[in-house]
Amino acid sequence: MKVREVAVIGFGVTKFGELWDKSFRQLIAEAGAKAIFDAGISGKEIDALYVGSMSAGRFIGQEHVGALVADCAGFSQMHIPAVRVESACASGGLAIRQGFMSVASGMSDIVVVGGVEKMTDVVGNEATNTLATASDQEWEAFFGATFPGLYAMIATRHMHEYGTTREQLAQVAVKNHANGALNPNAHFQREISVENVLNATMVSYPLSILDCSPVSDGAAAVILCAADKAKKYTDKPVKIIGSGQASDTLALHGRKEICTLEATVHAAKMAYKQANIQPKDIDLAEVHDCFTIAEILAIEDLGFVKKGEGGKAIDKKITTLNGEIPINTSGGLKAKGHPVGATGVAQVAEIVAQLQGEAGKRQVKDAKIGLTHNIGGSGASCLIHILEAM
Amino acid sequence: MVDSAVPRFWREIPQRYNLLGNQCGVCNKIYFPPMESCPICRRKSMNKMKDFKLSGKGEVVTYTITHVAPEHFEGQAPYPIAIIQLDEGPRITAQIVDCDINDVKIGMKVQSTFRKIQEDGWLGAIYYGYKFKPVK
Amino acid sequence: MNKVGIVSYGANIPRYRIKSADIAIAWRKDPDSIASGLNIMEKSVPSLDQDVATISVESARAALARCNIDPQEIGAIYVGSESHPYAVKPTGTIVAEAIGATPNLMVADYEFACKAGTAAIQTCMGLVLSKMIKYGLAIGADTSQAAPGDALEYAASAGGAGFIIGKKNFIASINDTCSFTTDTPDFWRREGRKYPSHGGRFTGEPAYFKHITNCAKNLMNRLKTKPDDYDYAIFHQPNGKFPIAVAKMLGFSYEQIKQGLLCPIIGNTYSGASMLGLASVLDVAKPGDRIFVTSYGSGAGSDSFDITVTDQIKEMHREKAPSVAKMIENKEYIDYATYAKFRDLLYWE
Repeated sequence: MKVREVAVIGFGVTKFGELWDKSFRQLIAEAGAKAIFDAGISGKEIDALYVGSMSAGRFIGQEHVGALVADCAGFSQMHIPAVRVESACASGGLAIRQGFMSVASGMSDIVVVGGVEKMTDVVGNEATNTLATASDQEWEAFFGATFPGLYAMIATRHMHEYGTTREQLAQVAVKNHANGALNPNAHFQREISVENVLNATMVSYPLSILDCSPVSDGAAAVILCAADKAKKYTDKPVKIIGSGQASDTLALHGRKEICTLEATVHAAKMAYKQANIQPKDIDLAEVHDCFTIAEILAIEDLGFVKKGEGGKAIDKKITTLNGEIPINTSGGLKAKGHPVGATGVAQVAEIVAQLQGEAGKRQVKDAKIGLTHNIGGSGASCLIHILEAM
Repeated sequence: MVDSAVPRFWREIPQRYNLLGNQCGVCNKIYFPPMESCPICRRKSMNKMKDFKLSGKGEVVTYTITHVAPEHFEGQAPYPIAIIQLDEGPRITAQIVDCDINDVKIGMKVQSTFRKIQEDGWLGAIYYGYKFKPVK
Repeated sequence: MNKVGIVSYGANIPRYRIKSADIAIAWRKDPDSIASGLNIMEKSVPSLDQDVATISVESARAALARCNIDPQEIGAIYVGSESHPYAVKPTGTIVAEAIGATPNLMVADYEFACKAGTAAIQTCMGLVLSKMIKYGLAIGADTSQAAPGDALEYAASAGGAGFIIGKKNFIASINDTCSFTTDTPDFWRREGRKYPSHGGRFTGEPAYFKHITNCAKNLMNRLKTKPDDYDYAIFHQPNGKFPIAVAKMLGFSYEQIKQGLLCPIIGNTYSGASMLGLASVLDVAKPGDRIFVTSYGSGAGSDSFDITVTDQIKEMHREKAPSVAKMIENKEYIDYATYAKFRDLLYWE
């Protein structure tokens, strides 16, 4: 299929955290403005807007989010098409793909893609209930399965089949906190130790509170542009060379294998094929570590290590900032924070920063090709993008 | 006022009380909960799915002990949740009861039992369904 | 009376137990004198996910597992309890759905303090004998409530049993039944209130003893039987002392009531009490055994039954469901704090 190449010409990310003073509208307006200034475009050049938001309806009682975001970004008088997409925790990644397809197909020349979630306007219990809507409400949540519980069951099985240990899971959190400490926008900017993780309050065995990503507020935005026009706006455009998306059974118990997220495998295959590269060509990746076990599964399912070897890879420090394949240089969902709808877009922003050489203390040397991996629920959907410095 | 949608849960009584799934009329694969069509045979199986009552016997494939309970389950924590492979093929997610939480193991043989799953507060309806207990 | 009898039976007793001693200690009473005064050592406690519906369903399923009848042939289900999960919405329909008996049957819930279950048996007998139904299912089950610190706290427990009544292939024939009923307010619970009230010593002679002895004597006079004619006797068991006393008053021996006397180890299961006693006897009964049952429900009334075990019991697959003894042995102790937490979460307003 003949499609145009698409590039990212700018990005903007807000601080992630418990942002009591910032509303949903303020957050997305802030991220959008930052991205537009970074790209050096005029608002008039935007053809369409895509935004990922998992559950504005439950978090802030607000639907009709596409129109809302266009409005608070100041675009109401431009009357552009505004699309809100949802794929649970992969809403941001899905927004990227929808924006990508809009430009690739020629329907738009320039689009702004944002992701936003305001999770702290509701009490903790309600935030947990809302996150649980990413699981199977009738056949998992109804019976008492919590969202951390589902990933904990993946961890138990992974430990049983491959000998993965709680210490290895903990090291994922430790590494991501070390990276987050170097990221001025991260929710948590302090380091933690393996002991901290092992001794923290148990949420759902074997995952403690420090194995779990936090509830955060935040927004991120990127500007996509037809690649052949990108250099007009920036001298450091980054091309999206591959985009992949896949779905799988909603309930974890419906999967073929508990320890393999086939949605990742299929989305990755699609993206690698489009980009015409292999996993070994990837220099760094932002993966979906909603829980520590999810990062272990990701590096296996993306083909960076063999199935079952994720724990060993952590032990061998392959995925640290200075390792063979740095994973989650931003701090990941664990330390950077996980404002659900924003995550997928923030992942792209991090890779773009790295490929542009603008990742500050987190910079990976000679980063040429990066990958973002965004999962919905316990693996029912997956969005993957591969980016390359132009 | 009550929160939950009573019809939504009433509709699933045959599944929650009696483990009523269905079987593909083409390839004979058994599904729980019942599927409108078989994901393997797809179109060929439409209108050919037959009711099938599962026995409730199975074994634990994986589990977790949930310490931070969700709404409606307060007071029960810590409790085990497991994915159970039913003898007839489908897998199901449910609580394990009548055993010490430290005794739950992958491979443990279990049998379904009828218990209260949750209730819609003090004014709302009570929802019953399956949990699983170990068999010797 | 024409032929009618018990075709099958099943029971359910929750696993948790609390010792009377632990309750006494919580209230700074002397554990030994409480336990021996009431003759109750420990009682069953329902977990947060158990209630009269779950106990009734498990009892009904156990009864069906032991026989071959098609649940669609059950023409009526009556569940007797003083702790139905809903004040309005029957437990019986939940049971009917859970055993596959719907939709062509009659259902209602019964209440008559501790004898709602035996009243259900009498109703099923009538429906079967009049040929209105082929089989009837009578269940008595309770997760009885007792106010913290009240004397009832030592006894109020959880459990139940169900009996399928029919005209043919019964394992025990119910030869006759009679009842003795007066308006005697010895124990009651007002609509909307959590815990029952009682008349203290008034619950003894003018209530429990008067109704059981009169009913029992009436039935034995009618049938011209004596206590010696029976192999087993079951009397309602609000504590471990009353049934022993009333047996003696009527001329039954401790040996005759032993098998059905469960209160000392599982407490008073209210509507389940006489029913579980009968189930316990049927677990060990042999063809030809004659059983005398007299229940008691506050408010007040007693139902008596004269039952003879038939040869059919040898064909019954009793092992297809757990026996009362097995369920009594399958236990896990909880402390008073856990017990109070359960009760608060179950009954908190």
